[in-house]
Order: sequence, then C-alpha cells, then structure tokens
Amino acid sequence: MARYPKPPEGSWTEHYELGTEPMSYEDSISPEFFELEREAIFKRAWLNVGRVEQLPRNGSYFTKELAVARTSVVIVRGREGEVRAFHNVCRHRGNKLVWNDFPKEETSGISRQFVCKYHGWRYDLDGSCSFVQQEQEFFDLDKADYGLVSVHCEVWAGFIFVNLAQEPEQSLTEFLGPMVTALENYPFHLQSERWFYRSPVNANWKLYLDAFQEFYHAPVLHARQTPPEFSAAAQQAGFEAPYYGIDGPHRVVSTAGIHPWNLPPNLLKPMEILTRSGLFGPWDAPDLNFEQKPAGLNPAECDPWGLDSFQIFPNFVILIWGQGWYLTYHYWPTSASQHIFEGTLYFVPAKTARERVAHELAALSFKEYGHQDANTLEATQTMLESRVLDRFPLGDQEVLCRHLHKVAGDWVDDYQRELAEAKR
Amino acid sequence: MTDALLPSEFSDLEPFAAKWSLATEQERYMERLSSSMEEMQALYDAVTDRAEEAMAYCDKFPLDDMPADALNLMRLLYSMIMVSFPVEVWGQPRIPDTGAAYLDLLVEPIP
Repeated sequence: MARYPKPPEGSWTEHYELGTEPMSYEDSISPEFFELEREAIFKRAWLNVGRVEQLPRNGSYFTKELAVARTSVVIVRGREGEVRAFHNVCRHRGNKLVWNDFPKEETSGISRQFVCKYHGWRYDLDGSCSFVQQEQEFFDLDKADYGLVSVHCEVWAGFIFVNLAQEPEQSLTEFLGPMVTALENYPFHLQSERWFYRSPVNANWKLYLDAFQEFYHAPVLHARQTPPEFSAAAQQAGFEAPYYGIDGPHRVVSTAGIHPWNLPPNLLKPMEILTRSGLFGPWDAPDLNFEQKPAGLNPAECDPWGLDSFQIFPNFVILIWGQGWYLTYHYWPTSASQHIFEGTLYFVPAKTARERVAHELAALSFKEYGHQDANTLEATQTMLESRVLDRFPLGDQEVLCRHLHKVAGDWVDDYQRELAEAKR
Repeated sequence: MTDALLPSEFSDLEPFAAKWSLATEQERYMERLSSSMEEMQALYDAVTDRAEEAMAYCDKFPLDDMPADALNLMRLLYSMIMVSFPVEVWGQPRIPDTGAAYLDLLVEPIP
C-alpha cells in the first residue's frame, strides 16, 4: 500500500522510461569501462572542486588531485578577486607546481605568485610566466608563450566547477540545467562552518552514489543506530520517497521528515534528547532568512520535510536538510574498484556552545552512518567481481541508481561514436 | 587546584579531563577505539549527569574567546557525544560490521 502517489504510469521507473528489467553492474567492475569513463565522462563534464569560501582572499589557492583524469589542478583567486583554474604543472620540465612535502597530497594557502620548487620558474596568479631562472641560457624563449595551462572554471551559487575539455560543450549553467539551478537563491553562503571528511573506499565510484541515492537500505543497514522500537517501526513501514526528479544527467530524491522533539522518548537516543540534535541535524534550526523558499526545494511539499538530495552528474551531490543545513558528497575514482569519498558538512556557524554541541552530534551521526555505508560497498564490489551473478533486480525506490548507470553508459556510447566518426 | 583543567564548579569531572578533554575529533575517536566499555560508560554517566549545567556554563563565553578551562569542558562534552554511540547503541567501541573502514575528519570548526 503506497503512502505516496506514484506517477500515472504506475511507477517512477516507468515514468522516466528507464526500463524495468534486471540491471547489469558490469560498468562497475570492468577496467575497460573505467578507462572509457575517464575520457567520456570525467574529461568532459563539469566537476565541482569546492566552494568560494575556500578562497577567502585574493591570492588564496587550493589544489585538487584529479587522479581519474591523471592531473592535478590549482584553483586560485586572482588580484581582482576572480577565480581561475590551471593544470598544476610547471611549463619548464613538467614538475608539479604547487605541493608540500608529499607530491600527491592536496594543499592550500595564500600566495602572491607560484614558484616551482625545481628550477624556480615563477607564475603570476593569472597564470602568466613572470620569471625564468637564467633566462639568457634559453633559446628564443618568450615568457609570454609559457603561461600555465588554464582549465575552464566557472562558479555557480558559490560552487567552483572545472571542465577539462578543450572546449566544454555547454556552459556550467546549461550543464546544470533548470532543476539544479533553481537552487541558486538557497543561502549556501550563510552556512560556512565546514566539516570535511575523507575516506578511501574499495568500491567503484558509482556504487557509493547508488548507496546514497536510494533510502530503501536505511531501515535495514542502519537499524541498530536507533532504539529497537524506532527500528522495528521503520522496518515495518519500509521506505518510500514522495518524489523523484530527473533533469538531463542529474537526479533528485526528496524525503519526508520527522519532528524528533514530538516523538516519545523511547524512540530517541538519550544523547539526541540531551543535545537536541541527531542525524537529521540540530532540532533548533537556524534562521536562514529565506525571503522565499527556492523553487527547487521540497518538491513534494512535505511537512515535515526531511531532505532533498541532488545528484549532480557525474560525481557530486548536494544534500539539503529540512533542518537548515546541507552537506556535499564527492566520489573521486582512482580505479575501476576504488575511489576517494569526500563528505563535507556545512552549518550556519555556531554562535553558542549549545549550538556547537548540537553540531557535534549531527556530525558524528553522519560519520557513524557513513562508516556502515562505506564498508558495505566493499562487500558488494568483491562479489560483483566474482561475476557469479550478472543481472540484478532494482525496485522502484532504486530508480535513481538505474538512471545513473544509464547516463554513464550513454556518455561512454557518445564518446565511442564520436571517436569512430573521427577515425572515418 | 592550580593544575585543574576544568572550572572549579565541575571538579567532580576532573578525573576524566586528562584522558578525554581532547582538541580534535580524530583524537577523540582514537581514544574511543582504544578504551574499554567500562571507561566509556563511566565518562558517559558522569558527564551526561552534568551536561545541562556544563552547556549553560560554556554558553556564558563567546565561542572564539573561551577560557582554557571552559574549552576543556566543551571538549569533555564532545567526548561524551563520541562515546554515546558505543554506550547507547553499539555495546562496543567500533561501529559493527565496519572492518577496516575509516572516515577521517580533516577539517572541523574550532573550537
């Protein structure tokens, strides 16, 4: 008995014409497919690398390792405040330009210029080469020809994106499309208290996206996170989302929420009551000064509203909680069977000790759940690789998983078709 | 009591401060993994009992300018939260079924 109405076709899966047959997960175990994804997806799509708050001043910079595209980029705020991105490589003999101690570790800081550690070539914040050590020793060298290699870089709603293509096929806002850009006026900038988590995960990047784009698993995998009475009720009810949305390569799932402060105490953990907080966030939500709720939020108009999780292709998620905070996920592939997961929590900065304590429980709850999700993925990856099974039935609450794998396949097909045409 | 880590009103929690008033989440998580359930239960019982008063005490100071002893008290509250999962739900320090998985917190608000 469905709690929420399904689309007229009878299911979300049929509504979005994604096919109802069992699905292959070959795209998550094949090294050949992963090599294609590098070119077809990660060197063509807009990739989020962070937020403008990470570049607080002119000259602020950070590096981002993009192993999936076999490069590293440096993102920098220039002298006039503009945000630029460059491949993190010195034009002289190819040394990595910006790094500390460990060449493969990301770094950040503030600088007037970049100086290569190897032979001291210098670059201005706009990428132009400003100094060559012993310039007179070189042959017809014009510094103007040796600026840093720029990377297409655009900012939307404070989120910094790069695109590694020579010429991106779409601008960033065209790529994001109306479903995502409807969030433009959400006050992301007010939520500058940042908690950044990272975890190496022994599973294909799409498997973790799948884990967080369906909540069918939540009452089962996370049953022990809540008191027995709560878990029993949650499993009995199962999970249903009131709304799934798809716009181009991007997806959203929206969920109903609960008002924990109205629940009987036996359904809550003592620490939740004590700190007035929990997985869904602080019970006392901050005032986000909405003049008007952004059009894209809470599409099913749930009251209480739980969250909206926007899955921005290929590997970026913005999850906005009804309780007035948000988080992002990034999944950075390193091989067909491994990726780096990043989770970042954003709150309106705590003004009081009590608010700060509430954030601590919300953040720790995120970590406890995330651990369970991450470890389960390794169990999935290893058995997918056994190839004992090659077809997997997905339910209607897993509609977004179906869509992700279809889009990844479509982008790879497009790339291969263009490659074949170019060879003709 | 010049060596006290906590405000004098919270001297009953002083025995826990040296072990649990830790500055970072990573340190608190490692302390949890290397502690016994008895140690965590004792901390949990003692601090939850005073948590309301401790929050009220810390609320008297601006977050970016807390005296050292109040800051230690805040960190004890964070450790109370850190051990609440083993004590309230897991019955063990580690999250069940998480093998060697880890999820490191690399940037966190201060304090």
